[in-house]
Amino acid sequence: MGSRASTLLRDEEIEEIKKETGFSHSQITRLYSRFTSLDKGENGTLCREDFQRIPELAINPLGDRIINTFFPEGEDQVNFRGFMRTLAHFRPIDDPEKNKDPNVSEPLNSRNNKLLFAFRLYDLDKDDKISRDELLQVLRMMVGVNISDDQLGSIADRTIQEADQDGDSSISFTEFIKVLEKVDVEQKMSIRFLH
Amino acid sequence: MFFFLFSFDSLICILLGISFTVWFTLLLVFIIVPAIFGVSLGIRKLYMKTLLKIFKWATLRIERGAKEKNHLLYKPYTNGIIAKEPMSLEEEIREIRRSVSSKDLSSPEFEMSDIFYFCRKGVESIMDDEVTKRFSPEELESWNLLTRSNYNFQHISLRLTVLWGLGLLIRYCFLLPLRVTLAFTGVGLLVVGTTMVGILPNGRFKNFLSEKVHLMCYRICVRALTAIITYHDSENKPKNGGICVANHTSPIDVIILASDGCYAMVGQVHGGLMGIIQRSMVKACPHIWFERSEVKDRNLVAKRLSDHVEDKTKLPILIFPEGTCINNTSVMMFKKGSFEIGTTMYPVAIKYDPRFGDAFWNSSKFGMVSYLLRMMSSWAIVCSVWYLPPVTREEGEDAVQFANRVKSAIARQGGLVDLLWDGGLKREKVKGTFKEEQQKLYSKMLVGNPEDRSRS
Repeated sequence: MGSRASTLLRDEEIEEIKKETGFSHSQITRLYSRFTSLDKGENGTLCREDFQRIPELAINPLGDRIINTFFPEGEDQVNFRGFMRTLAHFRPIDDPEKNKDPNVSEPLNSRNNKLLFAFRLYDLDKDDKISRDELLQVLRMMVGVNISDDQLGSIADRTIQEADQDGDSSISFTEFIKVLEKVDVEQKMSIRFLH
Repeated sequence: MFFFLFSFDSLICILLGISFTVWFTLLLVFIIVPAIFGVSLGIRKLYMKTLLKIFKWATLRIERGAKEKNHLLYKPYTNGIIAKEPMSLEEEIREIRRSVSSKDLSSPEFEMSDIFYFCRKGVESIMDDEVTKRFSPEELESWNLLTRSNYNFQHISLRLTVLWGLGLLIRYCFLLPLRVTLAFTGVGLLVVGTTMVGILPNGRFKNFLSEKVHLMCYRICVRALTAIITYHDSENKPKNGGICVANHTSPIDVIILASDGCYAMVGQVHGGLMGIIQRSMVKACPHIWFERSEVKDRNLVAKRLSDHVEDKTKLPILIFPEGTCINNTSVMMFKKGSFEIGTTMYPVAIKYDPRFGDAFWNSSKFGMVSYLLRMMSSWAIVCSVWYLPPVTREEGEDAVQFANRVKSAIARQGGLVDLLWDGGLKREKVKGTFKEEQQKLYSKMLVGNPEDRSRS
């Protein structure tokens, strides 16, 4: 880390991020410290190589797909706000009684948004549908060379058959939600902070 | 008028001459002579205690300042910032599937919810991973009056700034020149001493003298860094014909170990000043220096090391199996080369106290000279050295398992995290085989084990 004290976040910025993402003051400071340590170019943004330098992410079969979610359409750099916005999806879901503010739109870490994040990992061309082809490609990423094309194809067919309700041979977001309605998304797609 | 100026000039000269003599005499009496005889006057321990008291006061001041201004203090946490589940890939995916349906969980198949596992693991590693933080200096929980390790400087009061300024003055104007003088003395004596010993014919007397010269010079270098070292379990000190392995944090490790015992060093031949030191050292007693081209040839390296350990009159070899400097919070993968040689290994654990100065050498950020200057302008280098009992390879244990066993022992003793990751990840990308392992594990969950299929 060294002496990066000169690039500390201003309080106003912390407040804005707090409002947008719901992270606490200390969590934001800590994640900022993480952001700066990943930023080898020291220019306030992260590029894809900065993420790929994390060994545990590099060995994740879906590592590249996850890295992609941080970068908005067509861009190669993500700043701290964007970084936090994506990470906010993994904040544990708040107590529903706490936030009764009707003006606040759906928080980034709602069950819906968490499911949308996962849906987008499957939806390679961003057309809001998971086609058989896309499912095959993602499956291939997850299993590597260990399963034959035929077997993978039949797995994909079976999955689409079970999920597809409107008969268009692809899975829309609504169908996706229906398939996963019993899954404890709140717990499985949340990362708890120790402090 | 002219006459007056002339005598003023000579007055200055006389004053400078006197202060220089006084300075050098003090140096000699209090530092160099005790170093030669291996005696400690206790000055450094007193210095350390005083510093600790000041640091405690400084930290309290910062906390008070932060409370007054109602700001939140940045406190680093060494144990990571997020909660991670220590479950395997299989267990976690099963748990996710459990909530989806009550189907037979042991039958292999695919569920769309499987992606949650990879997704969460990936984002967890983005927030906090075990490896990349080992390659940057450890974050301190209290402030030690060095701006290089401070994140809360906006809370400093006037008194603290004055203290910090005073500290700066002491460190750069008093300690640094003192240490640089000592360093030059130490290195100079080493080169001259070993060259002179090299003239003698090989034999017991030469070995004895060479030992004395090496120890004396390393002790002076230790004082040049104001290193306060505590040695534990000295009965396990490495003996001839063995290999000493230790965790690596900086080049200073060598000076720390070599000031308490004599070792044969292993390394690449350098040019310049290092080259001169290497050539003169080898005249007094055998060290193992490799040419750059020889380093790649693993068989040659192994042969030279084996030849050395077989000769019981030669000193124990000092090796750092991690191959690179790690930040002293963890021990990373030990390279198996030195563990294949089949002799007694003497593990040594070195743990630095980060409060007095961070000893980690971030070689991608600082060159050797700027690193040494940083070291010499810190307060002190405080560390503990543990000599662990000697170990040999057991029946049925291969080199990798042996290396991991030694690594765990060192990590446990030094209070460091034991990691399986390769220290080479500092500069290189991780190998593709690890991703393939993950993919293989997951494939088993989709289609089951190939052995199961052949049975049915």
